[in-house]
Amino acid sequence: MSLTRIYGLFLRHFYLITRSFPRILDLVYWPTIQITLWGFISNFFATHTTYYNNAVGVILTCAILYDFLFRTSIGFNMLFLEEIWSRNFTNLFIAPIRIGEILTSLVITALIRSLIGLVPAILLTSPLFGISILDLGIFLFFLFLSLYIFGITLGILVSAGLLRFGPSFENIAWSTMFLLAPFGCIYYPIETLPEIFQKIAYVLPLVYIFEEARNILINQTVSIENVYYAFIWNALYFSISIILFYYSFNAAKNKGTLINMGE
Amino acid sequence: MNNLIEVKHIKKNYGKKEAVKGISFSVEENEILGLLGPNGSGKTTTIGMLLGLLKPTSGKIFINNLKLEENRIEILEMINFISPYIELPKKLTVRQNLCVYAKLYKVKDIKDRIEYLSEKLRIGELLDSVTGELSSGQKNRVSLAKALINEPRVLLLDEPTASLDPEVGDFVRTFLEEYKKEKKISILLASHNMNEVTRLCKSVLMMKDGEIIDQGKPEDLITKHGRANLEEVFLKLSRGKSEFN
Repeated sequence: MSLTRIYGLFLRHFYLITRSFPRILDLVYWPTIQITLWGFISNFFATHTTYYNNAVGVILTCAILYDFLFRTSIGFNMLFLEEIWSRNFTNLFIAPIRIGEILTSLVITALIRSLIGLVPAILLTSPLFGISILDLGIFLFFLFLSLYIFGITLGILVSAGLLRFGPSFENIAWSTMFLLAPFGCIYYPIETLPEIFQKIAYVLPLVYIFEEARNILINQTVSIENVYYAFIWNALYFSISIILFYYSFNAAKNKGTLINMGE
Repeated sequence: MNNLIEVKHIKKNYGKKEAVKGISFSVEENEILGLLGPNGSGKTTTIGMLLGLLKPTSGKIFINNLKLEENRIEILEMINFISPYIELPKKLTVRQNLCVYAKLYKVKDIKDRIEYLSEKLRIGELLDSVTGELSSGQKNRVSLAKALINEPRVLLLDEPTASLDPEVGDFVRTFLEEYKKEKKISILLASHNMNEVTRLCKSVLMMKDGEIIDQGKPEDLITKHGRANLEEVFLKLSRGKSEFN
């Protein structure tokens, strides 16, 4: 692995973001809108239901966590799609850069993109709604880490699809998170789902992450088991995504997708 | 003379379709080899295989005596490519694009290299311009600068002067001639501009339907086929012998 090459690819996206005010605005705009909206919904439910009586910020905290996941995944896909849209894909793949270096660079850049959007939104929650996500304590770090890994995993899976099937796979890039959201039990406990859906939910790391966030905020207790299961499933899916990415890269080399990739 | 490119019996099949049918050729150091053929003859597929973007169904490719399959990164460090069908990121300035690729190719003195190429390719005043706002002639020179950022020993050119006005086209051709002479690099040139090929190439390969149907020095091919120029030879070979004979 070459740090120079990883930095080089990071620079490409750093220049792109910093050269365009609309791009920076876009990164901050949606998380802020999303969190403001869920902040008001959270306040409403906190005063009109008994379930949230002890923790007014539960819905908003889960909304912030979900938004982080969403931004990470979409951010990763965007970085990959940028190369296709700008017709720079071939230039990138004829450069002496290893797949591991490409992925590492995109993983770092996706995190920075997500934080650019999320940090201002998080800072807004305290003065606007009197809620701080820091109430989750040290476990906030583990929950964010889990979500980050899962977001990156989804990004790698979609990018593998783009490599294998070309730009026509782009629509899937936008819809992955929406497909998984109902099973993630972001805003409701897993018991809300029908039994068959619960079985699907239990093989996703999301349910453990959001159940744990609610557990900490509502019951003021910590279940290490949830954090542990989230990491186990994450490790499994992350490994699968890496294998699939390499498989897709080789398949693209056989099929010729790399040479024809473009809008 | 050392062969910088050595292609041995490469085939590429897409399912049942044979895009390249076991072709072999080599390009010496300090040589420009022309790759000619009608659309769909297998030129782009051949270049794709040389760049490691396509895996040959069978056969071997050696660049500077290294087998491509086993030395992908080492080989990509010493080759580069230019084509009108690929572009540099449009929103970045020329300098930023060159910096990014200099990092990807691990160029040591980035500033010096960019200055050298800017002077040679006359893009000094464009360095802080946004790449997407350049004219096609300017973009072409910038793409050439990117293709030379790593001081490649092997340069693959796909239609390098397509869509350029005669003056810029001539500038690029003169530059390539001088650069090749100065650096002793090997160039594989795929082009539909027969005057360009006649001027630049020591020898040419004529491809059709995935096969090499003829090869030799441009002047020898013209004599052999009894035509006035390389374009007529190309037309004869690509349309089939019956039309001209």
